[in-house]
Amino acid sequence: MAFQNSKGKPVLLRMVAAIQENKAYLSEIDGLIGDGDHGMNMNKGFTVFGERIAARGISFTVGLSALGELLLGEIGGSMGPIYGAVFTGMGEAGGRFEEIGTAEIAAMLDAGLRELCDIVDAKVGDKTLVDTISPAMDALRKAEAEGAGLADALEQMKAAADAGCQSTKELVAKYGRSSRLGERSRGVLDAGAVSCAVLLNAMADGILEMGV
Amino acid sequence: MQRILNNPDFVVDEFVQGLVKVHGDILSLTENSRVVKSAHMRPDCVGVVTGGGSGHEPAFVGYVGENLCDAVAIGEIFSSPTAAAFLDAFRAADRGKGVACLYGNYSGDNMNVKMAAKMAAKEGIEVKTVVANDDVPSAPKDQPENRRGVAGEILMWKVGGAKAAGGAPLGEVIAAAQKAIDNCRSVGIGLTPCTLPAVGHPNFEVKLGTMEVGIGHHGEPGIEICQLEKAGDMAKRMVDVVVPDYPFVSGDEVVVLISGLGATPVMELYVLYDEVERLLSGQGIRVHRSYVGNYFTSLEMMGVTLTVMKLDDELKTLIDTPCRSVGMKQK
Repeated sequence: MAFQNSKGKPVLLRMVAAIQENKAYLSEIDGLIGDGDHGMNMNKGFTVFGERIAARGISFTVGLSALGELLLGEIGGSMGPIYGAVFTGMGEAGGRFEEIGTAEIAAMLDAGLRELCDIVDAKVGDKTLVDTISPAMDALRKAEAEGAGLADALEQMKAAADAGCQSTKELVAKYGRSSRLGERSRGVLDAGAVSCAVLLNAMADGILEMGV
Repeated sequence: MQRILNNPDFVVDEFVQGLVKVHGDILSLTENSRVVKSAHMRPDCVGVVTGGGSGHEPAFVGYVGENLCDAVAIGEIFSSPTAAAFLDAFRAADRGKGVACLYGNYSGDNMNVKMAAKMAAKEGIEVKTVVANDDVPSAPKDQPENRRGVAGEILMWKVGGAKAAGGAPLGEVIAAAQKAIDNCRSVGIGLTPCTLPAVGHPNFEVKLGTMEVGIGHHGEPGIEICQLEKAGDMAKRMVDVVVPDYPFVSGDEVVVLISGLGATPVMELYVLYDEVERLLSGQGIRVHRSYVGNYFTSLEMMGVTLTVMKLDDELKTLIDTPCRSVGMKQK
């Protein structure tokens, strides 16, 4: 119940495609309480990444590091450093793995989350992507502790990410630009929480499609 | 949209190219097209770096020069520069004595600076930061961590740049810049909205005949929308926000900075200054030095910001130090 790191490129392409497919949706959500450019910014970064790796043989973790560095180097604003931190953290932590199973993917996401927490002070409940990624991490750890196989662990992670993402709808933003809207931010999903759920789902589905 | 543009997506790059052509005696390009450095960096000094989104010209790049900032990271319009741009600015400014990164309190800038500082540490470059939070209306006094940085940043760069150029170690440069911004209070009034070139229409509204008190540098909502007032009443409203917040009191010596937001005639800024000075001196607050002009703008917004900084002996010396940059020249 694991996949070869060196053969993980399709997972990366699945993540790129997911962002491209959700470009308009992400901008629409962002436009309700933000400046409406989230889908465009994410699409720009992921599309460039997709083009750069198209003709390259690249492992899952080397690709994650390259994606993170591209976001840090070429996408400013808030999303560049946020996802740049997550993916460089995941790529660095996973670089030594030849095979990636439940324990390995949990260790990688844990490292990504730690990198993220180094640069943002947002906590669960603040209406940010932390509301998606933190419960997803908890689900992976729980699955690992229970000895779950990779497929089961990923399904549990997906469910937790989706539930966490949906929880942002009824929250009032306490961190980031939309926090200045106070009560007006209630009733709308957080765009970063949604893009994070899109990415975690795509990563999980990409791994599941490899037949683990 | 009545603007002078080619492709709006390249406006920042084209701006930087034109700027450096004009001011090659002050500014130099680097290998990173979004990093500009001073053409006259003194050896053996702490590096002073800033950075922020474009659209605030002459900020931020206009405060790179002698006895001011050494390098700047330049972002898209109203969007933080990348972590890589901040890192390259740290590299450009570092002369082995460490780097003071002096920037404004916005979530994107906070994250990119933190990320860049982590990367710089791995290369052995020590980076310390001061985060400007001089905008009074953006959060209550007991939440200084939620206040935005606005035009007070210029006085922070002036003080930090002069301190670094004098040969002070990193800790002292940071302490002086922190004191400068701690002693600053600002407020803005917006009269019209502004338009991002790539968007083509304003994304907020200021109705004709009204004004928005406490508006942010990107159109962030203020604390009150009221009928447009005479300059004297506007001045009183602004002074009544900044003076009690610090509070500035009789006997204080201060710097006053009045900046237009881009499209307000400079003539009117002096009209406002005359009223502000009268109100301050009426309270026994003495203006030691003043700056009036388009120092920190928001594209073509009409409106103004008022910044007041309390001086002590050290700050007075550093504010009076000569400097030379695109945005500020002082003998």
